[in-house]
Amino acid sequence: MTSIVDSILSAISFINIDINILLIFAIVIPGLVLFILMALNVMISVYFERKVAAFMQDRLGPMEVGIFGFKGGKKFWGGIGQIFADTVKLLTKEDIMPANADKVLMLVSPFIIVAGALLTFIGIPFSDGLIVSDFNIGILYIIAMSSVGVIGVILAGWSSNNKWSLYGAMRSAAQIISYEIPIGLNLLLIVIVCGSLQVSDIVQWQADNRWFIFHSPFTFVAFFIFFISVVAETNRTPFDIPEAESELVAGWMTEFSGFKWSIFFMSEYANMLIVSLVASFVFLGGWLSPFTIFNVFPDSWLILDGFYIGIFWLLIKAIFLVFVMMWFRWTFPRLRVDQLMYICWKVFIPFSLANLFFVTIWELIAGSIS
Amino acid sequence: MSIKIIDILDKKFKDSINFSENQNSLFIDDPSKWDKISKFLHQNKDLKFDYLMCLSGYDLTDNKLGVAYNLYSTSLKHYLEVRIEVESEIEIPSVANLWRTANWHEREAYDLLGIKFTDHPELKRILLPEDWEGHPLKKDYETPDFYNGMPVPKDKSYWE
Amino acid sequence: MFKIIDKSIISADEMVLNMGPQHPSTHGVLRLKIITDGEIVSKVEPIIGYLHRCFEKHCESLSYEQIVPFTDRCDYLASMHMSHSYSMAVEKLLDLELPERVEYIRVIVAELQRIASHLIAVGVFGLDVGAITPFTWTLRDRERILDLFEMLCGARLLYNYVWPGGVSHDLPPKFIEETHKFLDYFLPQIDEYNQILSTNKIFIERSADVGVLPLEVGINYGVTGPTLRGSGSTFDLRKDEPYSVYNKFDFDVPVGEGLMGTVGDCWDRYYVKVLEMKESAKIIRQALDSIPKGDVHEVLPKKIRPPKGEVYSRYESARGDVGFYIRSAGKNMPDRLKMRSPAYCNLSVLNEISAGWMMSDVIAVLGSLDIVLGEIDR
Repeated sequence: MTSIVDSILSAISFINIDINILLIFAIVIPGLVLFILMALNVMISVYFERKVAAFMQDRLGPMEVGIFGFKGGKKFWGGIGQIFADTVKLLTKEDIMPANADKVLMLVSPFIIVAGALLTFIGIPFSDGLIVSDFNIGILYIIAMSSVGVIGVILAGWSSNNKWSLYGAMRSAAQIISYEIPIGLNLLLIVIVCGSLQVSDIVQWQADNRWFIFHSPFTFVAFFIFFISVVAETNRTPFDIPEAESELVAGWMTEFSGFKWSIFFMSEYANMLIVSLVASFVFLGGWLSPFTIFNVFPDSWLILDGFYIGIFWLLIKAIFLVFVMMWFRWTFPRLRVDQLMYICWKVFIPFSLANLFFVTIWELIAGSIS
Repeated sequence: MSIKIIDILDKKFKDSINFSENQNSLFIDDPSKWDKISKFLHQNKDLKFDYLMCLSGYDLTDNKLGVAYNLYSTSLKHYLEVRIEVESEIEIPSVANLWRTANWHEREAYDLLGIKFTDHPELKRILLPEDWEGHPLKKDYETPDFYNGMPVPKDKSYWE
Repeated sequence: MFKIIDKSIISADEMVLNMGPQHPSTHGVLRLKIITDGEIVSKVEPIIGYLHRCFEKHCESLSYEQIVPFTDRCDYLASMHMSHSYSMAVEKLLDLELPERVEYIRVIVAELQRIASHLIAVGVFGLDVGAITPFTWTLRDRERILDLFEMLCGARLLYNYVWPGGVSHDLPPKFIEETHKFLDYFLPQIDEYNQILSTNKIFIERSADVGVLPLEVGINYGVTGPTLRGSGSTFDLRKDEPYSVYNKFDFDVPVGEGLMGTVGDCWDRYYVKVLEMKESAKIIRQALDSIPKGDVHEVLPKKIRPPKGEVYSRYESARGDVGFYIRSAGKNMPDRLKMRSPAYCNLSVLNEISAGWMMSDVIAVLGSLDIVLGEIDR
């Protein structure tokens, strides 16, 4: 499968310049597109979250701000101009830095987190071949790059010169590092079954056999362990101890204002989208249409499979998982730090290890039967 | 206050206490005996006052201050009010070790009226800032002119 | 990064953390000085006084009728209880006998106020623990009670309604009907709150076995109200020493039994409040059905000038045992007025029950104690 970088390179290779300069173009353009995608994602996600929260709390959410003739007021999508109003407000806010804070680190830490998110997007597909770079170690790359954000979190908490931010940063770092273990163990399952770390091979295997979540009861359980672990990894309730509003104001993000705050937000929602996309293409079949599960009309146009429809299916699954994460936030209280760690180390990791063992046994037995 | 309580207390502490005209309150003449009397009230099995409801200080003019203790027994369900009136410089024994609710109430009486309690674990101001001067609830209290360099507005005519 | 203020009180690896007067979860302007060792708290010292408005000194220059609005502002979440308790104290001094209708109206209004105050306590406790949605739901239901109060006396939060000798306005024509409608709407909502919060596993893990208050410690510290009933005490002033017309109504007193953990933990204190709302609804229904007719201004005194003496009167408010100690010198202004606020004594027990737990637990315990800074600082 070719990836976007390869296709751009081959498209502009008729220009007779040194291949390295062509390579720079082929890399920068998709990077910019990804950044714009992240910015769009945060704007839409924030509005979506506010509306979802409002409807669950028996109120209406943003209703007044309209744009381009969509007047505010009665309809439930009334406040759609809020997206742009919030963006403009955050970008033009005054940048307040505490007097004794470490200014260089405060400038740098938001960008480290965003860099982690951006780098992870490189390995995530949006459809059959619509991937910026199809590594042959795709899954491993994704897991590795999503750990870069921890450094940014710790630096942000430390540089704020604020005991509460430090508390939040330490809790967050401990949480993220701990929950990466169940994530890695559960992603390992599909590598065992499918035999390759490459993303396109994984979805191809799901097209040939069945969606990974329905492959065996152990992978069904693995999906839920994986999903809860990624909710913990992205610091969402019920695991949002680092940004616990009622205890630490905003945790490690307290002292950041204006543009830097919007960068943190961008990285949080980008992380949510990334992990939902990963869950979708590893467990839920990626860009395959859901009608393939039932094998209703094999090989006919009614299944709605294809390149452009594939983008739609993948995004539907990812957005549904993002909605579930938002649903969790407004339903559950928050876990305490030691209970969080207890769940990770004493419940999820033993279960994931047991799962690993049983999936291997299942493969051997199922493989020898068929 | 029932007749039984009066009898028990009269028998034990005849010379240090006396009762008010309507037999509602108990007056302690000698503050230094309050230590023993409070222990007796707390531990005697016919009295068993285990709940100190309220501890209020009050200012009788002519440099006399008083403290009123309202006691109640949750098991025997009877009330008692104890009053101690002293000159301003005399200290009253603290009951914070017997009824721990008195800890904060005595701090408040010290803060607002200047009544000192001996053997209190931590007698410092509670409602007013630590560096406030004076005891506001006294009848002859005058608001200071300056607090930490900031003038206190006395002329309020321009507020109308 | 931090200054060691007094070397004698903290050791080398302890950190002094200041949960300052401005903080989203300290229920008002309360400052907590927390000395922690990592995440474990070794000492919590509450520092109060940021909302001190000199209520008691001010009352010495106001007449008895003029004090009523100021009592409202002490505990602004349960103003009817404050003014009712003050009026009872003054009536005791004056030896007034009130008409039945006044007593019934006062009881209805007090129980509605109890439901409103407990709704906030329950919602804010959920908010402290991280559940944001139940808070919006309880406030939505509280709005209906505030609408009832607005129909009654024109104000939503600070009513100036219960005066010594009577009440300021009689019930408007549609009040009884609207209150019945509200009660019909409200009782199923309590089941909804139980579903989303009380039986939620995460909430139980955060609040069960946390901040256990033993009964003797509670009585010794002067803790009263739902906080003490959560530890197993059945003492409720409305049942044990009935004042007003509470002896005519049939209701139970919920007591904490340790259903989800030990007796006296945060969950018990929270659940007692939820059950008390149901009992208050029972009382209101009985009062509405049997309210007698009469003139509410019959014994309202024109000038209050009590004889020389002192009185201490107790009252069961939403937070506990409110006491007013009034000394009268025969004039129309009190000589000394002391308000014994329940939250003052409830807060003093914070160090005892939260030392040795983690910082998130301090917040949970503070939420379960249900304090209002207005009545602590007066």
